[in-house]
Amino acid sequence: MARKKRAKKVIVGMGTCGLSAGAQSAYDKFEEILDANPGSFELSRTGCFGMCFCDPLVEVRENGARVFYAKVTPELATEIYKSHIEGGKVLEDHVAYSRDAAGEGGTEADYLALQRRIVLRNCGTIDPESIEEYEAAGGYAALKKALSEMSPDEIIEEVTESGLRGRGGAGFPTGFKWSLAAKQDSDVKYVVCNADEGDPGAFMDRSVLEGDPHSVLEGMAVCGRAIGASFGYIYCRAEYPLAIRRLTIAIDAAREKGYLGENIMGSGFDFDIKIKQGAGAFVCGEETALFASIEGQRGMPRIRPPFPAEKGLWAKPTNNNNVETYANVPWIIVNGASAYAACGTEKSKGTKVFALAGKVRRGGLAEVPMGTTIHDLVFKIGGGIKNGKKFKAVQMGGPSGGCIPAAMDDTPVDFESIPATGAIMGSGGLVVLDETSCMVEIARFFLEFTQSESCGKCTFCRIGTRRMLEILTRITMGEGVPEDIEKLEKLGRQICETSLCGLGQTAPNPALTTIRYYRDEYEAHIDEKRCPAGACTALVDFFIDPDKCTGCTLCARKCPVEAISGEKKKPHVIDNDKCVRCGQCVTSCKFDAIYTK
Amino acid sequence: MAQVKDQEKFTYRLWRYDGAPGELIPLLQSAQDHFGYIPRRAISYISSVTGIPESDVYGVITFYSQFRLRPMGKYVVRACAGTACHVSGAKAIIETIEDELGIEVGDTTEDGLFTLNTVACIGCCSLAPVIMINDDTHGRLTPASLRKLLREYRRREEAARSEGTGSQEAAGSRADGE
Ligand SMILES: Cc1cc2nc3c(=O)[nH]c(=O)nc-3n(C[C@H](O)[C@H](O)[C@H](O)COP(=O)(O)O)c2cc1C
Ligand code: FES
Repeated sequence: MARKKRAKKVIVGMGTCGLSAGAQSAYDKFEEILDANPGSFELSRTGCFGMCFCDPLVEVRENGARVFYAKVTPELATEIYKSHIEGGKVLEDHVAYSRDAAGEGGTEADYLALQRRIVLRNCGTIDPESIEEYEAAGGYAALKKALSEMSPDEIIEEVTESGLRGRGGAGFPTGFKWSLAAKQDSDVKYVVCNADEGDPGAFMDRSVLEGDPHSVLEGMAVCGRAIGASFGYIYCRAEYPLAIRRLTIAIDAAREKGYLGENIMGSGFDFDIKIKQGAGAFVCGEETALFASIEGQRGMPRIRPPFPAEKGLWAKPTNNNNVETYANVPWIIVNGASAYAACGTEKSKGTKVFALAGKVRRGGLAEVPMGTTIHDLVFKIGGGIKNGKKFKAVQMGGPSGGCIPAAMDDTPVDFESIPATGAIMGSGGLVVLDETSCMVEIARFFLEFTQSESCGKCTFCRIGTRRMLEILTRITMGEGVPEDIEKLEKLGRQICETSLCGLGQTAPNPALTTIRYYRDEYEAHIDEKRCPAGACTALVDFFIDPDKCTGCTLCARKCPVEAISGEKKKPHVIDNDKCVRCGQCVTSCKFDAIYTK
Repeated sequence: MAQVKDQEKFTYRLWRYDGAPGELIPLLQSAQDHFGYIPRRAISYISSVTGIPESDVYGVITFYSQFRLRPMGKYVVRACAGTACHVSGAKAIIETIEDELGIEVGDTTEDGLFTLNTVACIGCCSLAPVIMINDDTHGRLTPASLRKLLREYRRREEAARSEGTGSQEAAGSRADGE
């Protein structure tokens, strides 16, 4: 059909983040407008563009120029249609980001100026449910090249040369890992993709799976060719229903087009992929536990050696990589190892996707060259701290990681510099903390997490983390004793040394790094029974914001000790001498008027 | 509606079981999809078909937080207790849900409408604090907006019930991308 393409295209960002901010109603509105004015524009959807702070995000694309609108409500959708699509006039006040056809200039350009999009090359740009759009963006060219022009050894060499290191946390050289599996002599081998994304605070894998599922499939197929495997598993956590659905669609489409299945593109190479859903256990992100889980058992880590390359899934040679690692592969095959290695630092090549969250103004995904500083991430890309508060620290690496204080924000993010601070790269979750975050409380929070996720196999991990949690809890309650800090350090070291898997080996990190950098905060809790950040409810006072309080009397009625008083329809006050700090007033207030200090 | 094609029915999955290893967790997942939880008889049934001892099946069920041995509400509220949500006030959010629904984490309301659980991270950290109600995600919540949201669900449910029909559809009007 040779119908001329409509000039203007409206693309709604429909990742989980966009949808939870209301992208569906924006999409529905545009659909309604399109029904009423057939042919006036093209409507499409895409994954997460990374600017989650602007969700729902809607792009109007015309001849290569791109305008992104922020926080699009159905009303704004109507306005965009009238002004921009019909009238050709951009609604400047609502633009989140724009770029002219040459890819330069525009609004808020600095958010993307520091970024380099390799993994996220298609996220937020193509429709993830359309294999044709992926192909049009150069998709499956890498697989074609790998199958027709390269030998398995050449593929491995290319990946090795690129300097790509695993993005699942440890930074193991990917090419080397592949070569280990390739060397094994076995009729059956497996390619596994770790999409368990267990670190709370990380969501880049979800965005890639939702926004560009084919890039992961393609990377896995290339890996299969390189190591001589003809079957792959994607282990995806069940909390990501949309990712699982888009992956399912993508696998079906790839099979139909002959990118998966038997004799792919006439090369004689067979490869197919199956999705396995996780069932909610953090330790299953650890690769040997993950294999146990795919095999249908309790997800307990196994002793290594034997390493997965020798005996992995079903005791067969297995290569396991993270989602982001695989998503890099097609780009490397097409653009060459040296193009990839040109980006990054000496020992950490390429880019890394970070999930900015917490107290940062512009939360979302940012893909930057390795070696970018924490300061640039938080301030130039993240736009600084929300509500004019002061930057205190970043938490990196989730429950296995640590806190890096603001004073060290010139630390570059790469596989050497971050571990030197006591934190870890982890999967790239970067939770920004401000002056209202209590470091003892953060340590307690992570210990609570690892304590409940410990599989129970190793004694120190099982019981030691519990003891640490008890100590941290009592410190935040104002019941700590002076020996507690030393006890925490000693227990921490013992747990690190005696645990079998990474969970236990790293579980004490949040406590150990916060003691290292914020000992004074621990001491304030223990010696003065004071929480300097004002976050530990047992140690703070409650106040009512008179500007927000309407005098509805609800909190006064909820308060179990009658500590709240005030006249009807007039701002109320809390008597902190009577208050037992239960927090009921906070949760009952319909106007979010109660705060702590 | 483009439902996921291969969301096979529990019985079909069991019938198709060919002894391939690794099917236990998918079987349990489809049992839970089917019954809303994993009843005693499903454990015996799975065990008799697969030959995996009941105690092992039980061991797997209790290892993974996804599996429930008790019926769940029609709406499963999963409150995020992840890092980003935690520093953005998840505690107050969870307490608000407990207060609004009159249940604690892990429980189900008496009318069988809501079950409250916590999860480690939903992956929408930049919209923290976040909760999921069944497969729908809701972000940027405050105690006040959360109460409104839960009441909206309850109101919709009551409206559907008083009409006497179609409560299933009314409840299923979700914003998950279709
Ligand atoms: C407790 C624990 C949890 C982990 N969780 C994840 C995870 O969620 N995602 C991931 O890709 N790797 C995770 N890992 C790392 C994996 O064991 C493995 O190193 C990684 O998937 C290898 O892939 P890569 O070489 O591409 O980094 C975890 C490790 C441990 C010890
Ligand atoms: S921490 Fe709540 S969604 Fe990630």
